Amino acid sequence: MTEYNLNGQTCRGDKIKAKNLNFYYGSFQALRDINLDIPGCAITAIIGPSGCGKSSFLRLLNRMNDLIYGSRIEGTIELDGKNIFDKEVDVVDLRKNVGMVFQKPNPFPISIFDNIAFGPKQHGKKSKIELEEIVENSLKKAALWDEVKDKLGQSALALSGGQQQRLCIARVLSVEPQVILMDEPCSALDPMATLKIEDLMRTLAKNYTIIIVTHNMQQAARVSDTTAFFMMEPDRAGSLVEYGLTSEIFTNPKDKRTEDYITGRFG
Amino acid sequence: MTRYFTDKLAKYIVFISGFTAVVILLLIALFILREGLPAFSEIGVFDFIFGNVWRPGIDQYGILSMIVGSIAVTIVSMIMAVPLGIACAILLAEVAPSKVRNILRPAVELLVGIPSVVYGLVGLVLLVPIVSNIGGSGFSILTASIVLMVMVLPTIISISEDSIRAIPASYREGALALGATKWQTIKGVILPAAKSGIGAGVVLGMGRAIGETMAMIMVIGNSIAFPNSLLDAARTLTGNIALEINYATGTHESALFATGVVLFVFILLLNSVATVFLKRGSNAQRLG
Repeated sequence: MTEYNLNGQTCRGDKIKAKNLNFYYGSFQALRDINLDIPGCAITAIIGPSGCGKSSFLRLLNRMNDLIYGSRIEGTIELDGKNIFDKEVDVVDLRKNVGMVFQKPNPFPISIFDNIAFGPKQHGKKSKIELEEIVENSLKKAALWDEVKDKLGQSALALSGGQQQRLCIARVLSVEPQVILMDEPCSALDPMATLKIEDLMRTLAKNYTIIIVTHNMQQAARVSDTTAFFMMEPDRAGSLVEYGLTSEIFTNPKDKRTEDYITGRFG
Repeated sequence: MTRYFTDKLAKYIVFISGFTAVVILLLIALFILREGLPAFSEIGVFDFIFGNVWRPGIDQYGILSMIVGSIAVTIVSMIMAVPLGIACAILLAEVAPSKVRNILRPAVELLVGIPSVVYGLVGLVLLVPIVSNIGGSGFSILTASIVLMVMVLPTIISISEDSIRAIPASYREGALALGATKWQTIKGVILPAAKSGIGAGVVLGMGRAIGETMAMIMVIGNSIAFPNSLLDAARTLTGNIALEINYATGTHESALFATGVVLFVFILLLNSVATVFLKRGSNAQRLG
């Protein structure tokens, strides 16, 4: 699967390529032999039952698992043809390029403005005018500007859950990433807030590569262009069962296990 | 019936026990106030606090130089202890691998257990000669401040470390995921989030510093003259009481109690500030 016709344009499925990827927490194998090509102008959903390693996979893409003591990686993940586990890859640059939105909204306990300005500041942007511009643009892109433009100095913790999550998305956008990883971004939100985030994702997909882990199959079907189905093997290692266009996975799955899962027979 | 009876009994016992502490505090406050009152009325509050001369022999009771002595050792020791303590808390909470922490943490806690007279002894034998090389007799505000610094470090370290540890891991992950380095994460997110807890640790440390007596008496020189430099000897409020109460009578004795009242007010203020800090911290965390 190397070419897609998505969002009215043909794109090649190799923005991110996982090759023979194995991942261990100590002696426990969490992922086995993952081979996955993720297209560059689309939303890719990763679905699967709890414990199938989908979050572990997502967290490999910006090397957040580096923080876990005793974790070990075999194989490669290429971003634009370059292995992100290479020694010469600067993990700070990688994370700037591959942003992440977490399951629970995690704004910093500082003002809305400072939340957005934090990232750009760390990457050397100091001038106030420049920062103001970045904050405004990021909030506009995250469809939050109109709601907060009069209270940028207020604590971000005073926002509602849905607003906090959009703030976190704006925070990611502020450092101009190419890829945005989302780890069940709506699981802590109500349906209205979820809808807003999903609309936002569709808008962002024009300019960003988005990979979303979700428990919610309707959500995967609604927002994503391609879907990867992960499952746990008998030894509890996660592996990729099926991968393809979302429309095909949900209407015409090739693997029996995929069909069972999306029809709700387990998971 | 009996079930409810025990329930009630337990409630009253807990209430009474709890109130005992408060009542004792109140009684102490009332007692020193009562004993100090004659001095305040004979000398005058203003003359007592802002008077420069302490000479019980000729009925001169001004404690300004001791207030200055107490505040000076507190401030100078905090200037040294705060950066050191916060750095150590960061090391323990964020940087050190667990093996190092398992050695460091008990060592820090052990510092609390050393009696203050031992700190005084070490200061007397080791520090006084070193400081005297810089100038003066060695018995000085500087010497006392260095000893105090070591004594307040554990308070600052352990409260700061606890408040840094209480910061949710999601803040850390959020910052790192934006491409912040570890230090940028600590400086930009973790320390601001923990600042009220750290503030409380610093203020409680100050309370400990201003109340310290024994170690101060041993290294500060106890001079009643007004100190003009860090190398001058001085006397603290606590030291003043401890040194003279044994032979004081009449107005002199009352003046020492009045010194205690001033000290009491200082510590009350510091503790109130610490409470405000801690409350603000817990509010911020509840919102998060």
